[in-house]
Amino acid sequence: MSQKKSKKKRKNNPQLATEAAPRVEAVEREIPSAVPRKMVTVYIMGKAYKVPAESTIMGAIEYAGYQIKRGAGCREGFCGACATVYRLPGDFKIYTGLACTTLVQDGMWLSQLPSIPAHKPVYDIEKLKPDITAFQQLYPEIFRCVACNTCTKACPQNLQVMDYIQAAIRGDIEKVMDLSFDCLCCGLCSIRCPAEIVHYNVGILAKRLYGRYLAPRSQELELRLQEIRSGKYDKEYRKLMKMSREELKKLYYARDIEEEKE
Amino acid sequence: MYPEYMRPSLKKVEETRPKRFELQKSGKPVFPPMTAQEREEVLKKFHPDYRPDALRQVRIGPNKGEMMTREVADLLESHSRIDPAKFDLTRPDYETDILIIGGGGAGCAAAIIARQHGVKCIISTKLRLGDANSMMSQGGMQAAVTPQDSPTRHYLDAIGGGHFDNKPELVRALTEDGPEVVKWLEDLGVIWDKRPDGNNYVLHGGGTSRRRMHSCRDYTGAIIMRTLMDEVRNHPEDITVLEFMPTVELILDHQGRCAGGILYNLETEEYFVVKAKATIIATGGFGRLHIRGFDTTNHYGATGDGLVIAYRAGAKLLYMDSVQYHPTGAVFPEQIAGFLITEKIRGAGGQPVNRHGELFVFPKEPRDVESAAIIRECLERKNGIETPSGRVGVWLDSPLIEMLHGEGYIARNFPAMYRQFIRYGIDITKEPMLTYPSLHYQNGGIEINERCETNIPGLYVAGEASGGVHGRNRLMGNSVLDYNVFGRRAGKYAAEYAKNVKLGRLTLEHVIAFEKELKKAGIRTNRIAPILLPLYTPEEVRKRQLTARYEGTLR
Repeated sequence: MSQKKSKKKRKNNPQLATEAAPRVEAVEREIPSAVPRKMVTVYIMGKAYKVPAESTIMGAIEYAGYQIKRGAGCREGFCGACATVYRLPGDFKIYTGLACTTLVQDGMWLSQLPSIPAHKPVYDIEKLKPDITAFQQLYPEIFRCVACNTCTKACPQNLQVMDYIQAAIRGDIEKVMDLSFDCLCCGLCSIRCPAEIVHYNVGILAKRLYGRYLAPRSQELELRLQEIRSGKYDKEYRKLMKMSREELKKLYYARDIEEEKE
Repeated sequence: MYPEYMRPSLKKVEETRPKRFELQKSGKPVFPPMTAQEREEVLKKFHPDYRPDALRQVRIGPNKGEMMTREVADLLESHSRIDPAKFDLTRPDYETDILIIGGGGAGCAAAIIARQHGVKCIISTKLRLGDANSMMSQGGMQAAVTPQDSPTRHYLDAIGGGHFDNKPELVRALTEDGPEVVKWLEDLGVIWDKRPDGNNYVLHGGGTSRRRMHSCRDYTGAIIMRTLMDEVRNHPEDITVLEFMPTVELILDHQGRCAGGILYNLETEEYFVVKAKATIIATGGFGRLHIRGFDTTNHYGATGDGLVIAYRAGAKLLYMDSVQYHPTGAVFPEQIAGFLITEKIRGAGGQPVNRHGELFVFPKEPRDVESAAIIRECLERKNGIETPSGRVGVWLDSPLIEMLHGEGYIARNFPAMYRQFIRYGIDITKEPMLTYPSLHYQNGGIEINERCETNIPGLYVAGEASGGVHGRNRLMGNSVLDYNVFGRRAGKYAAEYAKNVKLGRLTLEHVIAFEKELKKAGIRTNRIAPILLPLYTPEEVRKRQLTARYEGTLR
């Protein structure tokens, strides 16, 4: 959004409170203001800004005055849009994290990655086999893995990334699925990998192959689908759809509730 | 780490836990569920929608005169981003069969199905493909699959949860397609949690009378969304994805049919004309409007863009007086305020308790009722726990879950939640979470029928942007189902329509007419919508943003 528009909006859109400020409407009491906010210095793309010490990286970037376009998504650690690399004073290491869930530290020197260049081969899942051949065909570079473990160290979810690449090399789809299940596709593993592997896309392939071919199928589901196709519920639907609000209410509040126990 | 002053309250939660555990184990409701009258009372008194200043009349457009959530009415009564006179619609930059606006769950599902019906699509998305609330759903998806359940039972639960305001044909579509969606997703490669016998592992959600919540650990949305995105990307010849390119106006033809949209490149600030035989709005909800100052569980891009452009083009909205607050948003630590704490926590036996460690509500009431009860507990009964920054909340007792299902259950089934809190030194297997209702879902939206059609020919809507499926209150797990059911339906029906329609002359007359209507109603405003992104720049910074004039892209 252009600044021009933002400027107009700020005069007329008071409901767009800043995220740092809104309190639940309910709390009608004084906010303790006696405690001064502790501030730290962070270097956003090399420029120094003073920000509250308890900020997340994303909060700090916005506090500094940036309108984020790339580099923010769900803001809760599910989407992987906010991959960030940083260094700390007196430390030679490159650190990685998600801007939405990583807290700032004094002297932190950070850059967000606006996008990760990564290939995603096109395939037809119906034509793949759930074994090593799928990886050989689509991601042959995984066999270049040197087992350096840099991917695992880079993972903000603390996943065993190298282990799942090694499992893929063995064709162990279930293991890849399990170890990569919580992957957010932020791409930090891939950007650090000396073998140029796109780990997260390998994970997605394995998960889809597992769900499609290896997960046990539900008998209950097949039965239910047959029932629906045979029109078993049509009559009841028609009856429910014709009911008055009062009739529905009566039926609803009288319905029994399945017990919690398995 | 919780501050010292919360320790006495935490201790009380611990003390009452064994007794609450016994209660939970009995399988009976741990607290009496409310009667119809009790529900009504608590809603009227404590649900934010019922606050005297929550609603106002919208003064222009298809719903003129109706009461709406104040922030929504403001959003609708705003200017276009564009000057229609500057666009040459006779020379579109892109031509396609279907323009899909929004790259979340509904948009991707629609694209996958539409191409199977032999048409080509463009997905216009404001951020990246999959940057959507769909990605964030944790708990699960409802579908009536077990033998003790039925699609018609699901129908009754959904319509009761929605206070009987839901459109019956939409609820039928939702619940009857449910099992088919479970299968469709599994065939695409979604990994459902399973029982040892291969049947899906299902839990209760608020307002369900049968256990029918299908899940993928607590990354349900992430697994489904990434599967759909991956499938979309497997068909580049049929589906063109335009990222960071939101649609900021619809285009109609001279006969009033929807004929595409004006797209805006967020980075180069160029506009593009897309001519399409049919258009599907799948833009999701409006949590980032921060209605009534509430924190939100929503995605960065959830600014109600689809509502604005559809309304300007003459589409009718439904139930825009109703907002869903998720009962359990995080309130501590400060950094994760508003974050969603999945209802699956309560589905698995987690209980909301007050500062004395006492139960005060049945943990699985429908969301609006549960939220109102939590607000009552904090405000009227003063049984909440205050945070250092002045928020207030009640405990959500998660350690109980480990007692009920055995050690390691949380690590296996709630890895996302565990991670979210352990970063701040709170181990949810040992300590409860502090929660308060958080702005979560747009119950209403653009009115559709079971074919996802609106009152504008050629305009289809699916997912959270649509209205009528959930009445005035959605149940947990019905939104994941919604975007799949109606995303698929929109893809199918829009494709069938696109194959037969012959468009006339393209026009933005409706945008000009809307401007006139604003003026005629005496509405003087500088608001511009869609707003596209929320503004979180602090006041101090804004005071110094003093550029007097803007030239090109240089600010």
